[in-house]
Amino acid sequence: MCLGIPGRIVAITHADRLMAMAEVSGVRREVNVAPVAGNDLEALVGQWALIHVGFAMALIDEEEAAKTLQALQDLGEAQETLEQMASSAEALA
Amino acid sequence: MALRDTHVTMAHGGGGRAMRDLIDEVFTSVFQPPGSEDQARLTGTALQEPGARLAFTTDSFVVTPLEFPGGDIGKLAVCGTVNDLAVGGARPLWLSAAFIIEEGCEIALLRRIVATMAAEADKAGVRIVTGDTKVVERGKADGVFITTAGVGVIPPGRDIGAARIRPGDVVIVNGVLGDHGAAILAARGDLALSTDLASDCAGLGHLMQAALAAAPGISAARDCTRGGLASALNEMAAEAGLAVEIQETALPLRPEVVGVCEILGLDPLYLANEGRLVLFCPEAEATAALAALRSLPEGRDSTVIGRASQGQVGRVTLRTAFGGARIVDMLVGEQLPRIC
Amino acid sequence: MKFASEFRDPVAARALFSAIARMADRIGASRDRPVHIMEICGGHTHSIFRYGLDKLIHDGIEFIHGPGCPVCVLPMARVDECVEIAERPGVIFTTFGDAMRVPGHRKSLMQAKSAGADIRMVYSPLDALELARRNPGREVVFFGLGFETTTPSTALSIQQAAREGLTNFSVFCNHITVPEPIRALLDDADMTLDGFIGPGHVSMVIGVHPYDFIARDYGKPLVVAGFEPTDLLQSVLMVLTQIAEGRAAIENQYARVVPEHGNPVSLAAIADVYERRPSFEWRGLGEIDASGLRIRAKYAAFDAEEKFGIGYAASSRNVPEIEGCCCGAVMTGKMKPPQCPQFGTGCSPEMPLGALMVSSEGACAAYWQYSGIRAAE
Repeated sequence: MCLGIPGRIVAITHADRLMAMAEVSGVRREVNVAPVAGNDLEALVGQWALIHVGFAMALIDEEEAAKTLQALQDLGEAQETLEQMASSAEALA
Repeated sequence: MALRDTHVTMAHGGGGRAMRDLIDEVFTSVFQPPGSEDQARLTGTALQEPGARLAFTTDSFVVTPLEFPGGDIGKLAVCGTVNDLAVGGARPLWLSAAFIIEEGCEIALLRRIVATMAAEADKAGVRIVTGDTKVVERGKADGVFITTAGVGVIPPGRDIGAARIRPGDVVIVNGVLGDHGAAILAARGDLALSTDLASDCAGLGHLMQAALAAAPGISAARDCTRGGLASALNEMAAEAGLAVEIQETALPLRPEVVGVCEILGLDPLYLANEGRLVLFCPEAEATAALAALRSLPEGRDSTVIGRASQGQVGRVTLRTAFGGARIVDMLVGEQLPRIC
Repeated sequence: MKFASEFRDPVAARALFSAIARMADRIGASRDRPVHIMEICGGHTHSIFRYGLDKLIHDGIEFIHGPGCPVCVLPMARVDECVEIAERPGVIFTTFGDAMRVPGHRKSLMQAKSAGADIRMVYSPLDALELARRNPGREVVFFGLGFETTTPSTALSIQQAAREGLTNFSVFCNHITVPEPIRALLDDADMTLDGFIGPGHVSMVIGVHPYDFIARDYGKPLVVAGFEPTDLLQSVLMVLTQIAEGRAAIENQYARVVPEHGNPVSLAAIADVYERRPSFEWRGLGEIDASGLRIRAKYAAFDAEEKFGIGYAASSRNVPEIEGCCCGAVMTGKMKPPQCPQFGTGCSPEMPLGALMVSSEGACAAYWQYSGIRAAE
């Protein structure tokens, strides 16, 4: 039961029932935001959330996402360095 | 106007005056078939050319909802039949259209469907020359079912088909995939998805003619309807006795279609299309074929997505963006939205 | 940022494959002596196959496909009960798509639908709620299936139904939990497991601490992973790194979605609506203590087991599984799908014997669809 995808909350539709409109690549679906609703529903608009079976289950932490991507990038650069070192070692051999 | 009813009743199927009025006002006044006998009597000079062959197809249309963004069941019926003929290299000529109508169907809806059919037939250069009407009790049909037959002519010397595909032939599609299937899913309402997606339903007769004129070596074509691109490729590969490989990065997809698929856990390769060809073409003629396809609006986004090769017979493989590969198999049953 | 495509970057993936290879070599993993990493969640199984990661990764990594597919572990008796409810007059039976084709002893839900039962596929329990509002004369039953990812949605829907005073909505509760079967697998002497890829979306709800016992009591590393290919690869690298360093800890690769302590609203809803059953049957695994949830007495009006007189106790009829079905062994990683004698012969997607061939994230279906293997090996 894991199919969840990131979607952006674009509007609050029925505040009393904690319903909002989420958008994924131009496709819209009303979702329940109870799991992520703080005191101010409107503050959710513009935020990204993990959508699963019609509920916004968690807000996506942009900072953490950036950190993960940075780690990947660093790995990519480290990899490049290693490859460069390997090819110069070969050239010198 | 003798027809004053707003909804179809069992009387309209009874064979009497009510039926006569329905047929005249809703169908024949718009389609204007030649003559008024039970059968259309036709001469076709093209058919009489030595070596020319008759192409003959039949199809049934049962879509729900009957009207959807981008078209209606009538548009599907005409385009689907025209396309079935066109992918065999035939010039489509004449169609028949038989309607099974559910008691209670709105007559205004029927008129809209018929109007669409007439317009599409006109665009495709075909005539709807004969037809039939039946009415069934409420609950026995989903509003309207349409069954067509289509007749066309294959010029002398032309013989395209999956058996003609050769290793090295490239695979071309004429535009973004899955729009129809995704639009219908969204239009059904029970999944509560709203999109701007519209069906890609279109007649492809002119497109095929243009492609064949520019690239006569085109080996085979099929339209990707139910089961999507994946099913068409699997069938063609099996019949050709070859393997086919496609590139994930080359597949043209609208972001909204990707969005619908991601939300529901569907694979766009299996979504229905109603205005998409998949063509196999010798590499040497690919540039000419693409130029011809792209010169027409229905082919504007045509692109190469893969090629045929020797290999496991009937195997279709997708090379992922990662450089990995996975099999693209025939669909088993219906593709169901998943939550896992 | 769109939070999806960035995590499918092939360039990053290449770097990860290389780093994994270096680490695997460092710990001496090879095809003959592989490191066994279990991905618990069926969604991860699906991702691995869909992106061909199993074929591209170093030979010394073997993925063991775990029991985290709630459709796969659904006992046939429960499917029978769904069909029984669906066949009662006036019922609209709603379910997620995944469950439609799972075979029962008589019928699957799909077959019951074609025989005339009003069975409808829904994307969300909220849609079932809407059906109940629109059809006051009909009894709407929602098949509540899934691990902790999905459990809160059903709970919140039941709470909403209670607030609205709906009298024609109920849930047939089959929710199950992840930590308990993992403990059962770790206690199984036949299992060799060196580490775990933890379920990203279950953890989004329960946090990372429910897995502490895996590192603390069994000395195995677990990394909670996202579902994009680079998420999975990064998580594998993190597991290997722990093994190389002789550590066993619970780590969170999916921190952008998974909070350490889970989601308070979801956890509160689960606690309010559900309680643990003493034990629950898992297809292929038998009864596992405290692994299934049932609806509390205060919400009995929304409990389909109460409304239709089909309690769980009634379902322990000990109806045997189909002879020759190896789903249990495959699901616990003891057997690979092509090793099952039925694979491709008695069991295929068109005519499935067991749920692993039906569910899109069942290991057998994944092998069939993505690897093209057609016969038992």
